[in-house]
Amino acid sequence: MTGATKLTRRGLLRGFGAAPVIASCAGPSSGEAAAEAVSPADPLIDAVAIGPGLAPLDLRLNGAARTVEAAPQATLLALLRDQLAITGTKEVCDRGACGACNVLIDGEVRSACMTLAHDVAGREVTTVEGLATSGAPSPLQRAFVELDALQCGYCTSGMLISCSALLSRARGPLSRAQIQGAIAGNLCRCGCYEQVIAATLSAAGERSAL
Amino acid sequence: MRPFSLIRPTTLAAARARALAEPQARPFRAGGIDLLGLMKEGLRAPAELIELHALSATEGAEMRALAATEGGLRVGALVSLAALARAKGLPPSFEALREAASSAATPAIREAATVGGNLLQRPRCWYLRHPDLECLKSGGASCLAEGGENRLHAILGGGPCYIVHPSTLAAPLVALAATVTILGGGGRRTLPLEELFAPPRERIDAEHRLAAGELLLALELPAPAPGLRSVYEVAKEKLSHDWPLAEVALSVVVEGQTIRGARVVLGHVAPIPWRALAVEQALVGQVASAELFARVAPLASVGARPLAQNGYKVALTQGLVRAALHRACDVPIPE
Ligand SMILES: Cc1cc2nc3c(=O)[nH]c(=O)nc-3n(C[C@H](O)[C@H](O)[C@H](O)COP(=O)(O)OP(=O)(O)OC[C@H]3O[C@@H](n4cnc5c(N)ncnc54)[C@H](O)[C@@H]3O)c2cc1C
Ligand code: FES
Ligand code: FES
Repeated sequence: MTGATKLTRRGLLRGFGAAPVIASCAGPSSGEAAAEAVSPADPLIDAVAIGPGLAPLDLRLNGAARTVEAAPQATLLALLRDQLAITGTKEVCDRGACGACNVLIDGEVRSACMTLAHDVAGREVTTVEGLATSGAPSPLQRAFVELDALQCGYCTSGMLISCSALLSRARGPLSRAQIQGAIAGNLCRCGCYEQVIAATLSAAGERSAL
Repeated sequence: MRPFSLIRPTTLAAARARALAEPQARPFRAGGIDLLGLMKEGLRAPAELIELHALSATEGAEMRALAATEGGLRVGALVSLAALARAKGLPPSFEALREAASSAATPAIREAATVGGNLLQRPRCWYLRHPDLECLKSGGASCLAEGGENRLHAILGGGPCYIVHPSTLAAPLVALAATVTILGGGGRRTLPLEELFAPPRERIDAEHRLAAGELLLALELPAPAPGLRSVYEVAKEKLSHDWPLAEVALSVVVEGQTIRGARVVLGHVAPIPWRALAVEQALVGQVASAELFARVAPLASVGARPLAQNGYKVALTQGLVRAALHRACDVPIPE
């Protein structure tokens, strides 16, 4: 940094290295001052408002209908992990950059940390918990176990979501390049990419052998 | 993130009126990827997000359309990068756009990120994005990159601020001569996409020429001339997850072996998508060959003024232009 660099008050406390840590602790801010509601002087025309404050929404989560209350600023990730205690979906970067929080929304892979809870009203959300059928791990999940596609496991739920989506949309035999493309947003610090590719190829092979 | 309300307007007029009453506090939200990133860093704290996805089927039709026109293509501002990347029946001439849409960001981000939001996202400059620093663009007195950490900054067209334009879709869209339709107070207007972007010398608080409350509705790619080919080339430090270090999107019209037209657009080297006019001029009327490409590629950096740490972008950009020309014209790269 140069001598001209100016610090603002906002962040003196945070310091550079600590910023991400503190940011990731912030979570959905129930204690913060509420934003001003839509005022009578500024009526809504041809629009509905959600919030500020908790508002209900309906969704389907892993096959079951749910009605929950969420604040407009709550991310889908916060709804899942903090509110509903469905913690298979992981939080790592909270900025859309690592893939640990990947879930399926109407079958599409999405970052739960960059999605608002209210975005999934009326939609179908599938987390890693929803990949098993009647309690039995899916062929892909079994292949991950058999082929050691994880070490610490932190990226695993996101990897499984990305690869499941690929398996359900791809027809014909899978190529390595297709799998690499599907997991291009999934960061694995333990470096299990090769095993993830092998497991996905194996699950695809098992499927086509049926 | 500070608490806010989600406003779901069903009509374009309602969306615009709501935003216009307090433009800073009420941004439009499309995919929300750039907005949420800024809000999580505390760089923006809107009171309301005006959700464009709430527009009714009829009111939002133009913004959601991805449709062939007479030989060309209409891309609504709300089309996701993923939808664009997997669109069936995209004319082969528009390959640069497909390549760019399928390489930007990550698969999950591409599902949410929209074409309009991609063109209007804020720059990635780490000084602008730092919650504790004030640079020219965030109200400070000087560009912190000019004498600071500037390896990712502009080599062309910089000053007084040295951001690079962040949009990966901008270069191919400009290379394909896209026009953009905007809805504002005076009704609809259409302009060449190139004219949407404002360099820091013209405007420091934003990178575009939209007025408050104006909506980007759709882009239109004209029917390609016969023989038009387009390609997109990018260099990144990592093959996935990463932002470009430099990009080029170009279109060439080749008749026999002769280049009849060319649009060469550089990304991530200038504050706006940068037309390499000298390259374009040197190509037109010439026969495509490895010798020609070796001769014209260095013209990509005409006028470049690298900062202390980004001189590598000069050679990188020239190399990308050369590789792109070889691929677009099907001329093998000599050993
Ligand atoms: C990990 C990661 C990697 C990334 N890599 C890349 C990359 O390589 N290349 C790249 O280009 N991008 C990249 N991005 C950025 C991402 O592509 C953009 O943030 C996204 O495209 C923005 O689109 P959006 O629809 O989410 O915009 P939003 O966040 O919804 O909107 C962005 C801005 O545009 C305004 N806006 C949106 N739509 C309209 C409209 N129709 N009319 C008027 N105003 C509008 C909003 O008010 C806001 O100011 C990356 C992002 C992440 C998280
Ligand atoms: S936690 Fe969502 S992408 Fe990293
Ligand atoms: S197994 Fe540890 S991050 Fe992937």
